[in-house]
Amino acid sequence: MRGVTILDRLSLTVGAGAPTVLIGPNGAGKTTALRLMAGLMAPTSGRITWGGRPDVPARRAIMFQKPAMLRRSAGGNLRYALNAAGIPRRDYAGRIHELLALVGLDGLERRPARRLSGGEQQRLALARALAGDPAVLLLDEPTASLDPAATKTIEDVIRAVAAKGAKVVMSTHDLGQARRLGGDIVLLHRGRLLETGPAATFFTSPQTEAARIFLAGDLLV
Amino acid sequence: MPGDTSAFGLLLAGDPALLAIVRLSLAVSLSATALAAVIGIPLGAAVALTRFRGREGMIVFLNAMMGVPPVVIGLTVFLLLSRSGPLGSFGLLFTPQAMIVAQTIMVTPIIAALTRQTVEDLWAEYRDELTAMNVGPLRKIATLVWDARFSLVTTLLAGFGRAASEVGSIIIVGGNIEGFTRTMTTAIALETSKGDLSLAIGLGIVLIGIVVIINALAWVVRRAGEAYAG
Repeated sequence: MRGVTILDRLSLTVGAGAPTVLIGPNGAGKTTALRLMAGLMAPTSGRITWGGRPDVPARRAIMFQKPAMLRRSAGGNLRYALNAAGIPRRDYAGRIHELLALVGLDGLERRPARRLSGGEQQRLALARALAGDPAVLLLDEPTASLDPAATKTIEDVIRAVAAKGAKVVMSTHDLGQARRLGGDIVLLHRGRLLETGPAATFFTSPQTEAARIFLAGDLLV
Repeated sequence: MPGDTSAFGLLLAGDPALLAIVRLSLAVSLSATALAAVIGIPLGAAVALTRFRGREGMIVFLNAMMGVPPVVIGLTVFLLLSRSGPLGSFGLLFTPQAMIVAQTIMVTPIIAALTRQTVEDLWAEYRDELTAMNVGPLRKIATLVWDARFSLVTTLLAGFGRAASEVGSIIIVGGNIEGFTRTMTTAIALETSKGDLSLAIGLGIVLIGIVVIINALAWVVRRAGEAYAG
């Protein structure tokens, strides 16, 4: 990163269970933390282990804040992800139907993905991330710039996925969303971990001054 | 018009010699474009996706090759194929095959350079998604070429347009032999120097017609691509 320290001495253990939600101001390092977990970049120093082992789990998917839609139909995007995940070809039709229904895009299988609305694209990206039935699902601002209805659809899917045992690690700017979905909250600022804990206690009795400031809606500088 | 010897008159009368000229022109340029596509598209995509020593030099080379004058390519192929040249034993000089070779050399850099640019732009958009999906390198190239297919068709048409309209290389390696290696462009060059301007002008109009059709096709493909990909 050309000598800029983005994450500094971040030591974080993410356990199984309800979603872990990364919060913090812009530039806190939320996206970088997710990209590191996704294996899209290697840490300059330090290491990431999965269940104590260095090898990255194969069943791991990430949804980016601005997902790229392949220049194919909605169904084509899902077919591509199913193929990349090594799902047997005979299961494609059933899975595509299932995934589109899950995110409320029934009947849009043949629509070119880039012709979908912003909210529909975001939901298609979520379905695409779920194609390989991931054990670890990383979501970077999954509902940024979506209207409340589209946000609710995505939150419902996240809840359903987490309930089925997948580990969700996500970032959000929306403290309400962190409250609604979070099992654990991780507050990052300037690449450092300020505070982490179960959502129940984090929001009611934050341990640090920084968390109190951030939760009160004041600027954390 | 009886006795009309202009290209239009001959074309309307279905003159076999003139139709053979048009047919050979299309056959040579289409074959060269097809060969150039087979070489140039994977080459351009590979350069777009890989990082190796001398990559920048390769890009400059490909871009520079787009501007090499056809006569220089013709001369090079002539030297290679001439009886005393390294490939002289194939006896290809002054055949349609030699013209295809020359035009393939001319069109390949055009297709490779334009493909590289197109695929590189698309790669910037797709990189994170494909990497996160653990897609292998060959599959990545195939994905990008497929998803860029509408732009690449335009690229192919650009290559074909250049091939169909050039005269410099094929007149040298083909020799403009009547009934064998005479194409529209070489015939125009010959008829003009002979002073038979009406035939030259007529062939020129046919050639313009073909180029207009190619560009109309390119436009239609582009619109279809936009409608599909947004």
